[in-house]
Amino acid sequence: MTDSTNKKDKLPADLIQSGKSPFDKTLGETMRSQGVSRRSFLKFCAATASMMAMSPAMIPKIAHALENARRPSVIWLSFQECTGCTESLTRAHAPSIESLIFDSISLDYHHTLQAAAGHAAEEAREIAMEENFGKYLLVVDGSIPMDNPGYSTIAGISNYDMLMESAKGAAAIIAVGTCATYGGIPHADPNPTGAVSVGDLIKDKPIINVPGCPPIPVVITGVLSHFLTFGTIPELDHIGRPKVFYGQSIHDRCYRRPFYDKGLFAETFDDEGARKGWCLYKLGCKGPTTYNACATTKWNNGTSFPIESGHPCIGCSEPDFWDGGGFYKALSMPTVDVTKAAIYTAAGAAAAGVALGAMNRSKKNAAAAAHADTTIDDLKK
Amino acid sequence: MSEAAIPVTGGVKFNIHIGDELTQNVKPLLHEVKHALENLIEKGETSIIDLRSIPLAPGEEDKILSTLGKGEVQARLNSLGLSEINETQYAGVWVVTHYNDEDSIISRFIEVTRMPEILSSQTEDIRAAYSSLTLDLDENQETNN
Repeated sequence: MTDSTNKKDKLPADLIQSGKSPFDKTLGETMRSQGVSRRSFLKFCAATASMMAMSPAMIPKIAHALENARRPSVIWLSFQECTGCTESLTRAHAPSIESLIFDSISLDYHHTLQAAAGHAAEEAREIAMEENFGKYLLVVDGSIPMDNPGYSTIAGISNYDMLMESAKGAAAIIAVGTCATYGGIPHADPNPTGAVSVGDLIKDKPIINVPGCPPIPVVITGVLSHFLTFGTIPELDHIGRPKVFYGQSIHDRCYRRPFYDKGLFAETFDDEGARKGWCLYKLGCKGPTTYNACATTKWNNGTSFPIESGHPCIGCSEPDFWDGGGFYKALSMPTVDVTKAAIYTAAGAAAAGVALGAMNRSKKNAAAAAHADTTIDDLKK
Repeated sequence: MSEAAIPVTGGVKFNIHIGDELTQNVKPLLHEVKHALENLIEKGETSIIDLRSIPLAPGEEDKILSTLGKGEVQARLNSLGLSEINETQYAGVWVVTHYNDEDSIISRFIEVTRMPEILSSQTEDIRAAYSSLTLDLDENQETNN
């Protein structure tokens, strides 16, 4: 974390002599002054290319761009959120958050990660905004409550006021997490705080939406790296997401897709199909309608992703995923709540009730029939 | 079709078995490597394949790596974490794996080339080395005088 007020007191002797602040230096100069070899720099670029889901053929271009890139000031605002997005960011492994913070960007304000608190923290934000007006990157996680500003404030400033004030001098805004991008869980029915997204309020700045609950760590750092490397925003889809990460559906990139094509589905979480790793579509998988990089980038340093762990995709990078009709309801099933429909039509209610009851019994019976007991032999395998 | 259990960190294995060509991406990828070798021979063109950009089922990456096997050259590079650069049993086909400081894999590439670029001494580093050696020799000379 950089403390803007003391930056010059902490400059290395060689930089003081040269009169050049580390914040004026290019990334290549910064890394060389830290003793990082060109070979290490190439490795960094290769990892960055992979992280940005770019062709390895781009590595020389990335190296050239990064060599001449300057560290942008980044201001990170957290509104109605659970800190899951920051938790995710701090688990980014390529590059690590440490290298991103200290080598590649100047993270001048972040509630959770910064050492300063109270007035000193707000002062750091104001100084960063003033010194880098028009050039800093604004990152926002969390939605903004519009019913009553008092639902969420920071240092007595409402989320709305802080967002509008901070957005004025931003070169671009990155909305991180489904709350900031589409309202997320606070926006879920009945939306008690009147939560809205960043894009609902800001119309005159480029906004990059990085949804997910939370987003994949390297997708967050990948978007930051793209801005750092090329100084531009990546190509976006129709709801503001970088195509490079959100261009393909989970379903299209899923390793279980061949089972879907063959009509082989897990019907319950412990039947033969589940044990054999068949498609989870019938268990409510939202992979066919969800666009994200989980199936290739994966989680936990590339270890796996929810479907690989046996759970259907819940579609967390899509708008209103929380109100999608149920995480365990197959996409082909009607999303209308049968019990609500019953209120309006007595006759229909009777029929629907019978149908629902029968369906539930049938499903329960099928699950009981398909259930396989775990034996001692299984545990030894 | 042989089966392989899903490997899990810590040595535990789930009781789930998968086919070794679940996504059907293993053979096409190996054919891509073959075509890349052909290009290297005929046109001198080098290729890099990012293994993290291709959907692979658990065990499939291991299948690819075991098919390629290990060849005569195995290099380790200590720069911003470990990197392993191994020539496979097929000359000209290299597997380059980069780790971070916590020994987690951050990227893995198949490079089809005479020698991966990262193994070569870089011009900037050679220049720095020249300056450094010159300085050291000058200092030694002053000390001897």
